[in-house]
Amino acid sequence: MVDLLALTLIVVGLFFFAIGTLGLLRLPDLHSRLHALTKADNIGLGLLALGVVLLDGSWQTGLKLLLVWLLVLFASSSSAHAIARYAGRRGGAQ
Amino acid sequence: MQTLFTPELLESALLIALLVLVLTLVVGLLRALVGPTLEDRLSAALLLGTGGVAYLALLMLLLDMPALLDVALLLALLAAVVAAAMTRREVGDG
Amino acid sequence: MTETLWILFDLLLAAMLLGLGAAAVGTRDLKRGVVLFIVFGLFMALVWARLRAPDLALAEAAIGAGIAGALLLAALRDEPAAEVPAPARLAVPGWLLTLFTIGLAVVVGWALIDALATAQPQRLLPLVSAEIASSGVSHPVTAVLLNFRAYDTLLELAVVLTAVYGIVALAPARPGFRPAGPVLEGLVGWLVPLLIVTAAYLLWAGAHAPGGAFQAGATLAAAAVLLRLGGHPRAALPPGTWLRLTLVAGVGVFLLVGVAQLAFGRAFLAYPVDLAGGLILLIEAAATLAIAAALAMAYLGGYPSDWHSSASAKQGGKDDAG
Repeated sequence: MVDLLALTLIVVGLFFFAIGTLGLLRLPDLHSRLHALTKADNIGLGLLALGVVLLDGSWQTGLKLLLVWLLVLFASSSSAHAIARYAGRRGGAQ
Repeated sequence: MQTLFTPELLESALLIALLVLVLTLVVGLLRALVGPTLEDRLSAALLLGTGGVAYLALLMLLLDMPALLDVALLLALLAAVVAAAMTRREVGDG
Repeated sequence: MTETLWILFDLLLAAMLLGLGAAAVGTRDLKRGVVLFIVFGLFMALVWARLRAPDLALAEAAIGAGIAGALLLAALRDEPAAEVPAPARLAVPGWLLTLFTIGLAVVVGWALIDALATAQPQRLLPLVSAEIASSGVSHPVTAVLLNFRAYDTLLELAVVLTAVYGIVALAPARPGFRPAGPVLEGLVGWLVPLLIVTAAYLLWAGAHAPGGAFQAGATLAAAAVLLRLGGHPRAALPPGTWLRLTLVAGVGVFLLVGVAQLAFGRAFLAYPVDLAGGLILLIEAAATLAIAAALAMAYLGGYPSDWHSSASAKQGGKDDAG
């Protein structure tokens, strides 16, 4: 029963990853791509990590994955901001 | 308590999830190939960073190696550093 | 069913590696090439993870994707042309190169087939497991690197030091970056301490889990790179003589420990069993600092520019992190 829930979470997480990737490929400019990437991927990773924690069972894994997920949230949002500002400074020309 | 998933079935399900994830990342890498700007390409690298964490979480379950979470932690940290390295490369020398 | 899936998975990874490698090298656009190389490093780390080698995955992620990525991006800055110029006429005729490559491939393939066909292969892991109790650590990779094959690691550290000589001989460090805006400063504020703590953790964990000096050193170097990007000119490298001591500490401490064994009647680098654990930690700690300093100097491009003005050893210790 837990297995089914965990796998569902993982599948939904993968779905969000797919959406984020789709956005990266199909959206028209850098800023919208970054937006899609960071939002979708972070939710995707969060749900997938939750599923993994349920399947694994130990609290150490849960704690570590929670920390890694938080880290990815902070790091990817800072990186996306930095990339977007960089693009703005360069005027988008390359 | 009767489990719905045999270990073999669970392993197959996780493997399929892993395959789907890698395929999603591979498709996302098209952005690294196409560009057109450096920022676009690096967004694809960001995708691989977040996706890599998800990959390692799933692999940790499949291979029963908790050490892979440490790799995930390091991956998240270094992805942020690389993004910062790109965005600061031009402002420098002053 | 599961077996097939694993094979499919491995094939996909292998194909991606080959494809990424070819694309990274074959492209004429430098920016694309650099990003593809970083991506290749990331993928390589994922492959190592799949091959049950977390130590290698850690090293590849930190050095191959992280530090090398930062270095290449810094090199991009100077590149006046965005494209690689068309290759000049080769000094060696093309057919000779082709012949050589085919010959090399034949030799490698023959060696591989010969090795696979061996009836009783000697596996490393049982050999190591048999002796690991006397090595001072419980992680087999660390036991091999720092004890059973310590000489090789000593030479690796010497290679790193030689690379530093090359870097220093070429030019002084580049002038630094302007002080960072609030978001980058914020990132530096929490990421640098986290990197330092992670480096210490990797160093400590190396005795019983994947980790070790190279991984910890690269993580520490990433912290230095980040500080440099944030506008701190010396990237927290120690001033003057302390920096030189740090750089040679990797090889130096290793040699001292190894030679000291001779004084007690043992062979070079043959640690006593009861002290082995502590000695290995000592060597790894020194190596971590040395590798971190070397990689940081590689990113800076040489000695930090105010090196000569802070020659007094009394200033001591690391620079303030701001």
